[in-house]
Amino acid sequence: MTETRDITLDVNGKRHALSVEPRKNLADALRDDCGLTGTHVGCEHGVCGACTVLVDGRAVRSCLMFAVQAEGTAIETVEGLASEDGELHPLQQAFWDKHGLQCGFCTPGFLMLAVGALRENPEMTDVEIRELVSSNLCRCTGYQNILTAVRAAADVMRAGTNG
Amino acid sequence: MKLIKANAADGRVIAGGQSLVAAMNFRLARPDVLIDLNGVKELDFIEETPGELVIGAMTRHAAFHKPVCDGPLGRLLSKVVPNIAHYPIRNRGTFGGSLCHADPASEWCVVAATLDATMKIGSAEGDREVPAADFFRGSFTTAVEPGEILVAIRLPKLDAGWGTGFYEYSRRKGDFALAMALTALRVEGGAISAARVGLGGVADHGKRMADLEAALVGKPATAETFAEVGKLASTLVSPYGDIHGSAEYRRDLTATVVARALAEAADEATA
Ligand SMILES: Cc1cc2nc3c(=O)[nH]c(=O)nc-3n(C[C@H](O)[C@H](O)[C@H](O)COP(=O)(O)OP(=O)(O)OC[C@H]3O[C@@H](n4cnc5c(N)ncnc54)[C@H](O)[C@@H]3O)c2cc1C
Ligand code: FES
Ligand code: FES
Repeated sequence: MTETRDITLDVNGKRHALSVEPRKNLADALRDDCGLTGTHVGCEHGVCGACTVLVDGRAVRSCLMFAVQAEGTAIETVEGLASEDGELHPLQQAFWDKHGLQCGFCTPGFLMLAVGALRENPEMTDVEIRELVSSNLCRCTGYQNILTAVRAAADVMRAGTNG
Repeated sequence: MKLIKANAADGRVIAGGQSLVAAMNFRLARPDVLIDLNGVKELDFIEETPGELVIGAMTRHAAFHKPVCDGPLGRLLSKVVPNIAHYPIRNRGTFGGSLCHADPASEWCVVAATLDATMKIGSAEGDREVPAADFFRGSFTTAVEPGEILVAIRLPKLDAGWGTGFYEYSRRKGDFALAMALTALRVEGGAISAARVGLGGVADHGKRMADLEAALVGKPATAETFAEVGKLASTLVSPYGDIHGSAEYRRDLTATVVARALAEAADEATA
């Protein structure tokens, strides 16, 4: 079972040609084969959310998908959030400003979770944000600052698109 | 279908992968061949007929966040879906995958059992239909045989007179529930004229509870009735105990979730 398959992944708009075992999950392929180690791996069974990325715009667990299944999709990871000149994405800025992170292990997952959800529904209520944030685990912050950060970023992003 | 037949012995199909890949990561499952249904767009559909909602097996959980049809059924499905796992898992996990995985605490299995869904199962030889009562065989066991796949689920609609309720309890938001109840009631002149009740998490698979339905019909739609029928429910189940809760605790929970789901259904039916 060590046969590999040649695939091309589109990650943050860049094409990566890889040769991976069909068994390799997307999280590992992003980290080992694309060199994008921002996507973290915690539990490998869908519970912690550290591996959350966007596939065709939707937040999913990259540990529960095989890399070969992601061929032909548009993948977005935390590395694609900030602009080329280093300006942070409003969510990254809000996590910084509102102390939405401590050790930072969970942060890429929370960022991608919120990016995906706010793209689907820019008008999220506080209750919806709380529900959303319950998708992922954080061992440090106690979640309150993550909620505050997502709320603040949602407001900034909405103002940005309306005005 | 030919691929599935050729690999009937050692192959598995993969739908959302939200149960299967987790099991594979634990090395609990080690299939030799995986056949990916994600490219089969014909299995990802929702179709409405006058009497039924037909759901393609590859329809993602997230498709039900907003009601997929008018009336009590569409509302019920959108009330149930937020209880399934978390948002990113609902983006990928499928209706058909849940039914085939047949976790004792699967919300969709309780929906299918309680509303008497019919499952359309396909193979290289053709299609066959299996009613929910014969589909669920035990925990994680269904009528789908090697070489077959679940193609679609036919859910009978509920007409406008029905009110529905759903209540589950889990330790943490998004976890599998320790107990859940799905209810539908018709109320005429303060009395219950028709009832549907299903339970999940407290038996080897989701079940429709005919005894509870019979106990409800003709009774006043009051909190006393709901508490009494909840108590009856707790005597009819024999849940297993594990680190998440003892059997006795789950039995007590059964009474509570049934009573709460009934109250919700009655409110909706009389609104
Ligand atoms: C953290 C976490 C929490 C969860 N919480 C819940 C919860 O609260 N409630 C709940 O119901 N579920 C929960 N799930 C499971 C989730 O709903 C899964 O999506 C579902 O159980 C399986 O669907 P799937 O499409 O992912 O199937 P897969 O994982 O791809 O497949 C599951 C099984 O079904 C078989 N299969 C799939 N589709 C077909 C088909 N069309 N024909 C024949 N066989 C098929 C596969 O071969 C496999 O054996 C949770 C999952 C995770 C990771
Ligand atoms: S590593 Fe994927 S959810 Fe934990
Ligand atoms: S900041 Fe440490 S786990 Fe969340």
